[in-house]
Amino acid sequence: MSNTKTKKGFERNLKKNSMGATFLNIPYILWAAIFIIVPMFIVAYYAFTNNAGEFTLDNFNKLSLYRDSIIDSFVYALVATVVTLVLAYPFSYFVARSSETVQKIIMMLVMLPMWMNLLIMTYSIMNIIETNGIINSLLVSMGFDKLKIINTPGAVIFGMVYNYFPYMVLPLVSVLSKIDDSLLEASADLGSNAASRFWRVILPLSVPGVISGFTMVFVPSVSTFYISQKLGGTNVNMIGDSIEALVKSVNTIHLGAMLSLVLMVVILICIMVMNRFSDDSDGGIVL
Amino acid sequence: MEKFVSMLLAAIMLFSALCLFSCGDATPEIDPSLLEGEYTKDLEGTVLKVYNWGEYISDGKEGSLDVNKAFEELTGIDVVYSNYDDNESMYSELAAGATYYDIIIPSDYMVERLIREGMLKTVDVKSLSNYKYIDEQYKGLYFDPDEQYSIPYNLGMVGLIYNTAMVEEAPTSWSVMWDEKYSGQILMFNNPRDAFAIAQLRLGQDLNTLDKSDWDEAAELLKEQKGVLQSYVMDEVFNKMEGSNAAIAPYYAGDFLSMYENNPDLAFVYPEEGVNIFCDSVCIPASCQNYEAAKLYMNFLMEPVVALANAEKLGYLCPNTSVVNNDEYSYKDNEILYPSEENMPKTQWFHDLDAEIVEYYEELWVGVKNS
Repeated sequence: MSNTKTKKGFERNLKKNSMGATFLNIPYILWAAIFIIVPMFIVAYYAFTNNAGEFTLDNFNKLSLYRDSIIDSFVYALVATVVTLVLAYPFSYFVARSSETVQKIIMMLVMLPMWMNLLIMTYSIMNIIETNGIINSLLVSMGFDKLKIINTPGAVIFGMVYNYFPYMVLPLVSVLSKIDDSLLEASADLGSNAASRFWRVILPLSVPGVISGFTMVFVPSVSTFYISQKLGGTNVNMIGDSIEALVKSVNTIHLGAMLSLVLMVVILICIMVMNRFSDDSDGGIVL
Repeated sequence: MEKFVSMLLAAIMLFSALCLFSCGDATPEIDPSLLEGEYTKDLEGTVLKVYNWGEYISDGKEGSLDVNKAFEELTGIDVVYSNYDDNESMYSELAAGATYYDIIIPSDYMVERLIREGMLKTVDVKSLSNYKYIDEQYKGLYFDPDEQYSIPYNLGMVGLIYNTAMVEEAPTSWSVMWDEKYSGQILMFNNPRDAFAIAQLRLGQDLNTLDKSDWDEAAELLKEQKGVLQSYVMDEVFNKMEGSNAAIAPYYAGDFLSMYENNPDLAFVYPEEGVNIFCDSVCIPASCQNYEAAKLYMNFLMEPVVALANAEKLGYLCPNTSVVNNDEYSYKDNEILYPSEENMPKTQWFHDLDAEIVEYYEELWVGVKNS
C-alpha cells in the first residue's frame, strides 16, 4: 500500500519536474534566440550589404586579401592548442590523482588568472617580457645577455597558452578523475606495465576530455586578437586583429562582418571534424 | 581570524576615507576677485550637461582647481559632466539624438562636420568678455572662419620622439622611421589617419587629398615601413619609450613632456616635412537645453585662472594669451609646446573627409597591417 503510494508520488514528482524543467528552459531559449541566433543573422546581413544597405558581393571578393592571415591564425591556434595539451595533460593527471584538498587548492590556482581581465594580463606580460622588462633586467643584473622575447611568434604562442590553459585543464581533470581505480588495478593484474596502462587504458578513457579541451582552446585561439598585437609586434597579424580594426569603424564594418562569418563557418567545420573523433560519451562537447 | 580580517578591512576603509577627505580639502578655492566675467546666480538650479574628452579638464586631483565645482559654486548651476574617447563616438551619440548636451569639445575636423550638418548652435563668441584672451592666430581657424560657433580650448602638434642613447644622429626628417639601422626599434601610430599622415607628409602630399592614388601611394610606403617596425601603438608608447624599449616614435608634443620627466634620454623634434596640428574647441550643440548657462561656461573656461589650471593639467598648447604670458605657468616659453617663429614647423590640419575616402583608406590600413 505504502509502496504504491510512494511510487505514485514519485511519478507525479517526475512529471512535475519535467514540466518545470521545460518551463525553466524558456528563458534560456529566449536568451539564445535574441543574443546568439539573431546576432548571427545580423553578422550575415552586414556581410552581404554595403553602407547604403544594398546587397553586394564586394566583401566576399575582398576575402582573398586575408587568406594568408586566416591560414596564419589557424596555424598559430593549432600550435598553441597542442602546446597547451602537452603541458596540461600530465598536470591534469597529477591533479586528478591528488587528494581532494590538494585538488581544490591547485584548481583554485589554475583559475586564478581567469579572475583577471585579459587586457590587463596581456599588458602585464608585455612589461615582463619587454626588451628592458623584468626578465631581461634580471638577466642583465646576473651578467647574462638580454633575450629577445617580445615581438616574436613565440611570445604570442606563450600569451595564448597562458590565457587558455585553464580551459584545457578543466575538462581533462574532470574526465581523468572519473577513471575508476579498479580498471587500473585490473589491467595491472592482467600484466600491463605502467606504459601500456597509460596507452591502453588511461588515454582511451580520457579522449572525450581531450577533444573537449582541444575545442575549448582551439576555437577562441583562432579568433585571438590583442594578445597578438601586444606581444607579437608587427610580426604576427591574426585574423582577429583585422576583424577588430575593420569592425571598429563604421565604414568598414561590412568587410569585418564578412571575415567573422567566414571564420565562424571554418570553425564550425573544424568542430564537426573533431567531434567525429569522439564517440559522444560524457565529457565531449555538445554542438 | 575573521575578527582580524574585518578589523583590517575597517582600517583600510577608514584610511581611504581619510585620504579622500584630505585630498578634497586640498583643492584650492577660486578667488572671486580674480574673475573677470560676470557670474550671477540667475540660473541657479538649472542643469548644464558638459561632454568632454576623458582627463581633459582640471578636476581637483593633486591639489588642482576643480573647474566644474568652482563653476557650480559661482553660479548655482548644476554641471553634469561626462566623457567620450573619440570624436566619432561623440558624433554618433549626438546624431542618434537620444540624449542632449549643452557643451561639447570636438576636434577641428569634427567641428567642420557638425557645422556642415547643422548640429551646432551659433554663438556670438566676440560678445563673451574673455574672448579677448584668445590668441589672434587661433581665432577663425579653417573650420569656423567667421568665429560663429567655437572657441579654441586646446591645441597640439605631432612630432618625432627619439631616444638619444639609441639614435646616433639627431633626426630631422620623418624618413628616420624607415631607417633599417633602427629596425625593430621603431613604433608607429595604431590608427589609420595619424599613420597615413606621416607617410603623406614624407611624400609631400596634402593630408586631405581626395585622390585615391595618393592614398595608394602612401599605403605602399607604409607597407614598406612595416618591416622595420617594432609595433603599432597608441598609449603603450609611454611605457615603451619611457622604458627605452623602443628608440623612435611619433606622438604629441605635450605627451613627450610627460615621457621626458620619466626618461631624460628622450628628445623631441618637429620633422622638416611638416607635422599635423589639431585644435579641440568648445561648442554648443543644436540640441542644447540651457543656452545661457552654456555661454556662461564658455566664458568661464577662458578666465585666466581657469585656463591656467586647465593648461597645467593638459600640458598641451594653450590658446589663451593670459596663460602663455603668465610667469606662474610652468610651460611658459617651453620651446617644444611654443616653438619660436624660426623653429615653428610647417603644419597641416585634418579636414573632414567623405565617407567614401575614409572607407578607402581604412581598408588600405588593414591591408598594410596584414601585409
